[in-house]
Amino acid sequence: MTDAPASAAAAVAAVPPKRTAWRRLRKAPFTAWFGFAVILFYAVLALFAPAIAPHGESQTFDIPYDVWAVEPRLVWADLGPLSLPYWLNFEATGSMHWLGTDQIGRDMLSRLIYGARNTVGIALVTTLLAFFIGGTLGILAAVVGKGWFEIVLNRAVDVLMAIPSLIFALMLLSTFGSSLLNLVLIIAVLDATRVFRLARAVAMNVAVMEYVEAARLRGEGLAWIMRKEILPNVMPPLVAEFGLRFCFVFLTIAALSFLGVGIQPPLADWGSMVRENATLITYGDITPLLPAGAIALLTIGVNFVVDWFLNETSGLRDGQ
Amino acid sequence: MKLIFGVIFQRLALSLVTIFLVSIVIFSSVTLLPGDFAKSILGQSATPETVAAFQRELGLDRPPVERYLEWIGRVAQGDLGDSFASGAGYQRSVAEVIGPRLGNTLFLAAITAVIAVPLALALGVAAALYRNSWFDRTVNATSLSTISFPEFFVAYILMLIFAVNLRLLPSLANVGPETPLDERLVKTLLPAMTLALVIIAHMLRMTRASIIALLASPYVEMARLKGVSRRRVILKHVLPNAWAPIVNIIAFNLAYLIVGVVVVEAVFVYPGVGQLMVDSVQTRDIPVVQGCALIFAATYIFLNLAADVIAIATNPRILHPR
Repeated sequence: MTDAPASAAAAVAAVPPKRTAWRRLRKAPFTAWFGFAVILFYAVLALFAPAIAPHGESQTFDIPYDVWAVEPRLVWADLGPLSLPYWLNFEATGSMHWLGTDQIGRDMLSRLIYGARNTVGIALVTTLLAFFIGGTLGILAAVVGKGWFEIVLNRAVDVLMAIPSLIFALMLLSTFGSSLLNLVLIIAVLDATRVFRLARAVAMNVAVMEYVEAARLRGEGLAWIMRKEILPNVMPPLVAEFGLRFCFVFLTIAALSFLGVGIQPPLADWGSMVRENATLITYGDITPLLPAGAIALLTIGVNFVVDWFLNETSGLRDGQ
Repeated sequence: MKLIFGVIFQRLALSLVTIFLVSIVIFSSVTLLPGDFAKSILGQSATPETVAAFQRELGLDRPPVERYLEWIGRVAQGDLGDSFASGAGYQRSVAEVIGPRLGNTLFLAAITAVIAVPLALALGVAAALYRNSWFDRTVNATSLSTISFPEFFVAYILMLIFAVNLRLLPSLANVGPETPLDERLVKTLLPAMTLALVIIAHMLRMTRASIIALLASPYVEMARLKGVSRRRVILKHVLPNAWAPIVNIIAFNLAYLIVGVVVVEAVFVYPGVGQLMVDSVQTRDIPVVQGCALIFAATYIFLNLAADVIAIATNPRILHPR
């Protein structure tokens, strides 16, 4: 967590050519392949949600909190004060919905699938926006160098980072009200501070190179230098950071939605789905765990891939 | 010795400046309020007179610097203003609302720290000690997964196992001011376990990493070459030098608790500051939100400061300058 920028910065030195990249990918450990498979699976769900989902996103049916079509049931052994499960039975219940329905009778499976589109999509847009803001300002600060612009920006980022981002987000949401646009903008700006730090640190090493000096001398403009000279050389650490940032943004938005101040109904979203169906847990029904698990699975997948990517590009291996 | 006090004093001054700037940011959240805010709080049917009265009460008709100075002066005396929820007949001050909940949150955090810190350190040292064994691999994979889980996922899984299936612990942590200590402990256990699991994963990975980083240093190689056992190398040679980073890790993770506590309190309906803040965000009770944010931010800055100071105070290079 803390050493990511440093190790990512070391990655600048080793940009793998395309052919060896594929060779390395083939030798990637199981965890990385698992990660790729998970990401691909979610991407397919998100892109083709209307075709895959059996029902509409907000189509309601008669029975709220309907049971699963095939109910897994634990068989319990009674051991005096304690009872422990020892077997799992499956019973057909005659329900029309594979994973039952939610609190107002919407098909759970369909909402899970649409959730892939909404939850992941919103997190992705937010992360991209954060990288656009933070990356641009970070590289700009590195190219422009010492001056009031850099000082003001650095101070501002320091102060913003001194407040835990979930707390800050909660405060800003209470000021501006929780709409989707506000949510995306607030999280993007808060996370842009972290991107700014990394982009500036990495770009500062590149900005002192001779070819940047040469470009300056031939009279290239600021935007050209940032885009054509600096950006290609800071890509690998930024790509790794993108993965980690995405996880962080994804979990933050999920937490806010779970708390009821993030993505608002009727949009199908995993965080709010956990909250809306949470009461089922007390009856031993695991339905609310499904959207929560969907969030966890994607985060694990991305983490595994980033772990592998960092290992590959930086030769980050401990001792011995 | 002079040098170390100088460095610590510098950090102290720096964090005071940070708190000052943060208080400005938190204060501005009222100034940034959209124009129709009074209407959305008072309802659409509010007359222009009540709207104007409300805005005057917020002080929106006076210059921001003057209002900030007045606000920060009162905050310094522990007066955080009045909650919007206070009606015409009764006043509810923010300090009155936050006070008892702050105690609850601190109680939860303390229990979590008592569970998590020793366990994480022991597991982290053990994982470094038996590196690349099945134990290390299991601990590593489990902790990486736990880090990836949203807190509410861990919370509901624990609730399902311990409260619903095994019926060992209550699923709701609705403690009150009259709850006796033993009952309070039992009710707090499930939220504390959730938070502990998340923190343990972070702390354990960082402890293991900081010990393994030290294992690569020349003096450890020297100890190995003279035939010191693996266990002794770690416990006698590495660990004393690892304390500084480890203390840093503990402080860092206690600061991380602040974010975790918000979600976990909401899951278990635990009456703490986190839950209060979420409720106030929903009702847009800005003074209460400001108060909570100020408390969270101050704690966060203070913990980071403590980590910094301890890291400096235990750094031999600063303690014994050349």
